[in-house]
Amino acid sequence: MPWIDACATTDIDAEDLIRFDHAGATYAIYHSPDGQFYATAGKCTHEDVHLSDGLVMDHLIECPKHNGQFDYRTGEAKRAPVCINLKTFKTKVEGARVYIEVS
Amino acid sequence: MTKRDYSLLGPDGKRAVDIGLAAAEWYHTDVPRKVMKDLMQRSDQPAIRDTVILYGCMIAFAAAGIALWPSLWSIPFWLAYGVLYGSASDSRWHEAGHGTAFKTPWMNNVVYEIASFMVMRNSATWRWSHARHHTDTYIVGRDPEIAIMRPPAFARLLLAFIGVPDVIAFFPRLVYNAFIGVHPTEKTFVPQSEWPKIVRVARISLAIYVATLALALWMRSILPLMVIGLPRMYGAWHFIMTGLLQHGGLADNVIDHRLNSRTVYMNPISRFIYWNMNYHVEHHMFPMVPYHALPALHAAIKHDLPRPNASIAEAFGEMWPALRRQLASEEYFLKRDLPATAKPYRMDFHEGALGQTPAE
Repeated sequence: MPWIDACATTDIDAEDLIRFDHAGATYAIYHSPDGQFYATAGKCTHEDVHLSDGLVMDHLIECPKHNGQFDYRTGEAKRAPVCINLKTFKTKVEGARVYIEVS
Repeated sequence: MTKRDYSLLGPDGKRAVDIGLAAAEWYHTDVPRKVMKDLMQRSDQPAIRDTVILYGCMIAFAAAGIALWPSLWSIPFWLAYGVLYGSASDSRWHEAGHGTAFKTPWMNNVVYEIASFMVMRNSATWRWSHARHHTDTYIVGRDPEIAIMRPPAFARLLLAFIGVPDVIAFFPRLVYNAFIGVHPTEKTFVPQSEWPKIVRVARISLAIYVATLALALWMRSILPLMVIGLPRMYGAWHFIMTGLLQHGGLADNVIDHRLNSRTVYMNPISRFIYWNMNYHVEHHMFPMVPYHALPALHAAIKHDLPRPNASIAEAFGEMWPALRRQLASEEYFLKRDLPATAKPYRMDFHEGALGQTPAE
């Protein structure tokens, strides 16, 4: 599985996320309140909506369209109308860069 | 032009899917991320304050109404109780359903269930119908919450002010859900995993109504029904009044909320009852912004929106004649004008989505 250089650690505020597009796929990269970085698929599993416009609250990401929520650490769907879990990707930080392992 | 078919299983809905009008990408005003993050922040405090005021007033008004029953002096208290039960419950159902009223999830869920019961909506079904309303706002055949269909049925609209159509629709469906199961129409927008909840909620609600009716029969008085059930009728007028303004007379089958939704400046009491949903363009464009932040959102994006209506009366003055014109011409609608500071409509996109040849 290749590790992809996604962004600088300073590109994402704490308790926020950004969108990252790579090789025709779209991802969401999160900076949690406790300083960790996480990555998930970039679109909600309910409808075709980018999560990058949503709201990060602790370890939840809320979809901007219908307020469905996922735990972005595990991808678990936490609040209707989302029922299908979000795909997650491993991350690592080297130097001041965030890498994600895409499949 | 053929008449619109609002059925979720009909040809208009299928056509909307076929031409890409369903689940489309909608216009959004550009808002800097940091500004939007601040606007989206959740807080328990405003909704706790408002909920204490709401339920406190309801208890006080109902107690006064019961104490003065059956004197005519009880009428003002019932009118006040009714509008909180039958109208404020609609906005609480709405905001708690979005999960934006409170920061704490269980608080949203408790208020959502109580409000759903009072406004006579199955809490499990309507959570999903409202999701569809946000996906396909006023897309004919897709949106299950189109309040004013074309041509408008004025008798039905007027009866809605005293809850008649909603109550007539609610109880047969309640019995169906409780004893038969999920209706085929509901299966089009509610995931199968949620179907047992629909049945469970229907059985609980039905049991409460049966108990209330039994108490009324035992007391040989409608007093129990004045507290539970009837306020959905005698107090519905405010939420119908404000609700009709949300989209009435405006465009349908478009994917820009500036075209199909209406923002109306309102008095503080109506805004309390309505929980700021008078900022309706803003709510549809950014549904993750809590009700208490909608005035700030409005200030941030109003340069890109049509001029709001100045009052409820002015908005009705605009909408009602448009509805009357729709009686004669189903295609008529109010086209919103944008200020010079706004980004233009994508009329070519709208017309293309409607299967029309874009104007040169």
